[in-house]
Amino acid sequence: MSTDQEYRYIGKGISRLDGLEKVTGSAQFVHDMAFPGMLYGKTVKSPHACARIVSIDISEAEKMPGVCAVLVGRELPYKVGIYMIDKDILAKGVARYQGEPVVAVAARSELAAEEACAKVKIVWEELPAVLDPREGLALAAPLVHPELASYSYMKGVFQPQPGTNISHHQKIRKGDAEKAIDQAEIVWKTQFYNPPVQHVAMETHTCIAHALPGSQARIWTSAQSPFTVRNLFSACFGIPHQNIRVHVPYVGGGFGGKAGIHLEPLAYLLSHKAGGRPVKLTMTREEEFGTIPSRQGLYSQFTTGATRDGKIVSLIATYIWDAGAYADYGVNVGRAASYSGAGPYEVPNCRIDSLVVYTNKVFGTAYRGFGHLEVLWGIERNMDIGARQLGLDPVEFRRRNVLRPGAKTITGETISEHTGRVDLCLEKVAEEIGWSGIQTEEERAQARDSGKLRGKGVALLHKAPAMPVFTSSAALLKFNENGSVDLLTSITDYGQGTYTALAQCAAEELKMPIERIHVPWESDTALTPFDWQTVASRGAFMGCKAVMAAARDALQQIKETAAQILRAPVGELVCRDEAVFVAHRPEERLSYREVVMGYSYANGNSIGGPVIGRGHYIAQGLTHLDLETGQGLPALDWTYGAHGVEIEVDLETGEITVLNLATALDVGQVLNAQSLRGQIIGGVVQGLGSALLEEFRFSPQGRLLNAGFVDYKIPTSKDLPRKMSQHMILTEQLDGPYGARGAAEHPMISIPGAIGNALCDALGIDFFELPLNAERVWLGIQRQRSVLQNTLPRAIMLPQAIKLPQTVHLDRGGG
Amino acid sequence: MLHEIPLYTISVEVNERTYTEKVPAQMTLLQFLRERLCLTGAKEGCGVGECGACTVLLNGKAVDACLVLAVEADQASVRTVEGEARDGELTLLQRAFIEHGAVQCGFCTSGMLLSAQSLLEKNPHPDQEEIVEAISGNLCRCTGYVQILEAIEAVALGREEGG
Ligand code: FES
Ligand code: FES
Repeated sequence: MSTDQEYRYIGKGISRLDGLEKVTGSAQFVHDMAFPGMLYGKTVKSPHACARIVSIDISEAEKMPGVCAVLVGRELPYKVGIYMIDKDILAKGVARYQGEPVVAVAARSELAAEEACAKVKIVWEELPAVLDPREGLALAAPLVHPELASYSYMKGVFQPQPGTNISHHQKIRKGDAEKAIDQAEIVWKTQFYNPPVQHVAMETHTCIAHALPGSQARIWTSAQSPFTVRNLFSACFGIPHQNIRVHVPYVGGGFGGKAGIHLEPLAYLLSHKAGGRPVKLTMTREEEFGTIPSRQGLYSQFTTGATRDGKIVSLIATYIWDAGAYADYGVNVGRAASYSGAGPYEVPNCRIDSLVVYTNKVFGTAYRGFGHLEVLWGIERNMDIGARQLGLDPVEFRRRNVLRPGAKTITGETISEHTGRVDLCLEKVAEEIGWSGIQTEEERAQARDSGKLRGKGVALLHKAPAMPVFTSSAALLKFNENGSVDLLTSITDYGQGTYTALAQCAAEELKMPIERIHVPWESDTALTPFDWQTVASRGAFMGCKAVMAAARDALQQIKETAAQILRAPVGELVCRDEAVFVAHRPEERLSYREVVMGYSYANGNSIGGPVIGRGHYIAQGLTHLDLETGQGLPALDWTYGAHGVEIEVDLETGEITVLNLATALDVGQVLNAQSLRGQIIGGVVQGLGSALLEEFRFSPQGRLLNAGFVDYKIPTSKDLPRKMSQHMILTEQLDGPYGARGAAEHPMISIPGAIGNALCDALGIDFFELPLNAERVWLGIQRQRSVLQNTLPRAIMLPQAIKLPQTVHLDRGGG
Repeated sequence: MLHEIPLYTISVEVNERTYTEKVPAQMTLLQFLRERLCLTGAKEGCGVGECGACTVLLNGKAVDACLVLAVEADQASVRTVEGEARDGELTLLQRAFIEHGAVQCGFCTSGMLLSAQSLLEKNPHPDQEEIVEAISGNLCRCTGYVQILEAIEAVALGREEGG
């Protein structure tokens, strides 16, 4: 399975290239940057979930010392958005979520800007808000965007439904799902909920914008995708691309939250109004929670049909996304999660309706795994519940249904031998946790006296990048005078290790030591080559492909010059150890250094010239999905995986301790063993945050109640599993670099499902809502006690809070 | 006209150099280091003492610099990440962080290093639990902590060679 080729760098645990700068504190983040004359921006935000702006009085704020500019929405005739252009830069007329910026100030210090903000007077008229997406679907619901029909959006991909709160309706139709359910021998129904959560990158969103004469703009931003910032900025203001220069230096974490455009337009407008002084706009941690987009919430429901011997025949799923006030990436999350929306299983008949619903809350965006953690929470719990209905072992039930070569996905893609082996991932984690089947009631009863119950669970995962069909990457390899190389890319490495992987790839291909490859840690849209976005676990895959092409190009240039000097045909030249030589006469050689800036003969005649290798890669063979059926080829590569966990639950406190957590991923090929391990552990622990700790809590009026680390906890060093292990399956991806496929997001996905399944094994209680914090688990235990004491038969306890949406018209025609 | 803000003269030793500066009463040690001395290695992750990104050593003790006022650091000695490596020679911890993959985005790294450094100076051979405890106030969203703990442990066990 694995390629037996010997690599010098690929697969090795090369330490990060940027380690030195980071451990010495010399790595500069936008957070650390300042320019002469720079001003600081601050905003006044809406205190209401939904309210009309009756009047704004900025007269006193303008007079405050140190204030250079005050902006209100009505002076800004611009709208911004990535897939749906629906957002004002400052709220105009109506504020749609608590935390939405309404007025902005630029002043000589942060304190002066804050003091000026405090002097702004706004009269509000509160309006009825949509706080639950299920209610937002009701025909009588207030509309978050009554102007939806007038917005531009990416046509042919998204389907907003004007006159409703639906910003996108993604449909998947395969076979006849209803009929197959009617005829199925066993049918079961389930419903689940994921709350909205935050990414919590340690560097909050920050940028510096400089409005320059002649409609020029320079931007330094803590962002993942410099070219997307530039493109959307250009679309927003009508400034041509070449006039906008976006710099991305070191970035303190992204996780999808910095994938698109955020504060840059506002900082630019402040700079413009302040007469062209640079303006820095940084979110406080509280604003990071309440103003900057988050991961949207999800209500999911499933009707599943199977044969008595455990073969799934049909799945009907409805996903209702709590997208918040603006579409941002949310519409694409709803889309991408649907084509993975049946899990890594062969489902012959499938119907999915994924509805992205506007609500009056902080809005959703991309977050590591892009909708997959959310849908797979339900899918993987649904599998365990189904196994119980069928009287089957949950591992065996999965075995009978996983995608195998020859199977067709729900969008009609045929799985091949090289797509990846989810079955092997499953077997590996089952073995690692010593899976021996679900406990019986008697076994649990025996253990109950100890006050602690143990349980085991598994969950599978899959994900393909969510990206447009034309997604591309480019790379340049620019030789220096001493024969070393600068590798230029506009992929952003905000921790994943992509740059180190690209350098390994360049060193491998150029046949030179990695120490001589240098990756400047700054992307600059004027100097580094185009790259679509750093999202979706595509960076190393597509970036390496571009670097490989660039290396071929550079070596060709080196050989062409060397061929003249060595008087040999290009085809007989070989490159190795930073030198080019004639294959059968290795002593006839030139070092790269002698060739890469041009070669001078003894008499002074010179040939060749600076070598710059150029390479690109574009996703191949992808198709748009049919709007009515969702059929097509959306996926560059599928990465499959599985987690197996063993947990212990304290019956008195409801607290869960993770004793063992094994992860298996089919990565195709390991590019860098150390960073892959880091990505897996980091992702798993982030997944544990979603599983056990994290959720936004809102007041009945839609106010965010936990916008800070005091009330919103993320995992610390004390929250780690007692044991964690990582296992790689290596099914070569034919078009992947060295056979590799993306793996940065996947470790986070399905951690909640694995824990939820283990919790059910331990307690015999089904939980349907996240997070599985001590409070929720404890309440579940108490509820079970009363059921047991009343000697009621144990049944699936459906969560009280989830009602079916009664007014969704799923067959409403496409928009 | 800006307000007349009363200023206080402080004298602080930072990374073995003494700085005498006039500062407003509300200026935090973190602001002082980052804005006045341009030592931006310590980061602000929350500003309220909940994340540890701003950790520095104040008289040898790890503190959240966002919670300390600059005037409180008068006559004190402060160590920041910029002062850890000597003559281009990394500390054992810094080297271990690189070698063990303990760094991803790097935003938490300086705080982590100083929390760990302070532990090892008090207690050169801590056990695992003590290491976990020492960095439990430092949030890291990228690494999942394991490689950070391994790096510190390697130094504690003397597996990281000097020189
Ligand atoms: S910035 Fe000081 S603890 Fe977070
Ligand atoms: S390495 Fe990114 S927060 Fe720790």
